Amino acid sequence: MTTDGPVTAELEAAADRAESRRGLFLALPSYIYLLFLFALPLLIIGVYSFASRSRTGMPKLEGWNLDSITKLFTDDLIRSIFARSLIVAVLTTVFCLLVGYPFAYYIATRSEKMRNILLVFVMIPFWTNFLVRTYAWRVLLGEDGLITALGRFLNLWDSMLFTLPAVYIGLVYGFLPFMVLPLYASIERLDWSLVEAARDLYASGWVAFRKVTLPLTKQGIIAGSILVFIPSLGAYVTPDILGGAKTTLIGNYVVNQFLTARNWPLGSSLSMAIMMVMLVATVFYFRSGAKTL
Amino acid sequence: MTTRNGSALTRRLDRILKGHAWFVYLFFYLPILVLIVFSFNESRFFTWEALSLRWYRQMFANDNLMAALWASLQVAAISTVISTVLGTAAALALERYKRWLGKRTFDALLYLPVIIPDVTMAAMLLVFFTSLGQQLSITTIVLSHIAFNISFVSIVVRARLANLDPALEEAAADLYAGRWQAFRRITLPLIMPGVLGGALLALTLSLDDVVITQFVKGPDTLPTFVFGLIKRGVTPEINAVSTLMLTASVVLVLSSLALQRRN
Repeated sequence: MTTDGPVTAELEAAADRAESRRGLFLALPSYIYLLFLFALPLLIIGVYSFASRSRTGMPKLEGWNLDSITKLFTDDLIRSIFARSLIVAVLTTVFCLLVGYPFAYYIATRSEKMRNILLVFVMIPFWTNFLVRTYAWRVLLGEDGLITALGRFLNLWDSMLFTLPAVYIGLVYGFLPFMVLPLYASIERLDWSLVEAARDLYASGWVAFRKVTLPLTKQGIIAGSILVFIPSLGAYVTPDILGGAKTTLIGNYVVNQFLTARNWPLGSSLSMAIMMVMLVATVFYFRSGAKTL
Repeated sequence: MTTRNGSALTRRLDRILKGHAWFVYLFFYLPILVLIVFSFNESRFFTWEALSLRWYRQMFANDNLMAALWASLQVAAISTVISTVLGTAAALALERYKRWLGKRTFDALLYLPVIIPDVTMAAMLLVFFTSLGQQLSITTIVLSHIAFNISFVSIVVRARLANLDPALEEAAADLYAGRWQAFRRITLPLIMPGVLGGALLALTLSLDDVVITQFVKGPDTLPTFVFGLIKRGVTPEINAVSTLMLTASVVLVLSSLALQRRN
């Protein structure tokens, strides 16, 4: 054994190299694919943010400038749209959390059989076509929709279609499952003996919840919040179908820049800006101790 | 579980939670049910007239809609197959091989399509195809769908691989199974539920996507076509298409649950 030490080391190194080659070889097709159809396009709109706009709206690869980027911070319209989108995304996240937490708590504290059944009924909307689910609210909130009829009957509200409340309803409806599933996972994992210990030490139900349950399910709260916040901030379909001209969000504005106004440099810098906010949110998420999405 | 000391207060709290849960389920399902019910209504308006399949007949007679449906199915099938193969290979490379050149970069690159907002991804793919001088067509839709689906497939397969005991594959190797043989006989059957789960997710995402497709489309897919219809107004025909899409989603969820159940 003593004499063949170096030989073994060499063999191991060779095995390591072979291992490394195989790993790379397996990843290579998707690696190349994502470099070409993801990294490169991302780089291109990064570069286009500095381009100037030609008469057709296409970026000119000359006359590099910071116009579209400074516009993000100085243009009143863009600033107000950005601010509105941030508020909408934050409030949607808060609403989902307020509705989703007691809901997930209820499911997680049922018997195992009941839990599975209740969960399936959360999974169905989760997997259901987003466009169709948003469209359903257009029907309900419209002039002769059920919710409008109810509001008129109660004398509380009229048709909410094309207003901000309709956008909120649509977003909460669309993204609530993203909040419920991680919350459920963290509450279900909770060690209930800790809550009982707190109760035994004469903590009231509320104090036990605030000091034990809530901190122990922090992971789920953060995961759910990020999963709701990210798509809410970039939302385009929901405000487009349920909102009106006064409820334009940043997602709609970006789409307009590309498909209607044809100002690609501005559209590029706007989409980079949204991307940056997402990256910050995601880094924050992983910092909080999460391993996966 | 929580209500060990069944005081009146905890019991009342439990009732409130239960009421809240019912309310949330109503919130989830009422809109969907209304759509389904009115898709079978004879009337053009949202007042009940009579049971009828009128809107379904109209839907199947609409050539543009059928063309969009066909395009959707083609895009979904091709992009699912390719992204499932690529995503599974990527998952294996990341979970089963400790070190290789560029692994960390690849890992990060694979996560980005999941967290990037739809509008950003849509914009950059449009800009990319246009700057290459590539005509927008069904091909550009497929290429774009693969770009986001690889990541989702790999996440699902990785979760499955992480829960697998590598000793099983090592045992196969000890018994002189070749690499390919060990993969085909041992690893692949074991990760199959993950691979199929990933494929179902890819299929669903591809059939659902509106934003990215709208940017890079040549012909309409079903969601972009329906999106266009919705923007023009509410019609019972859209209810019928929606019901069809809902049914497809429910079938997909139930099959994915059945897959999980089997293991």
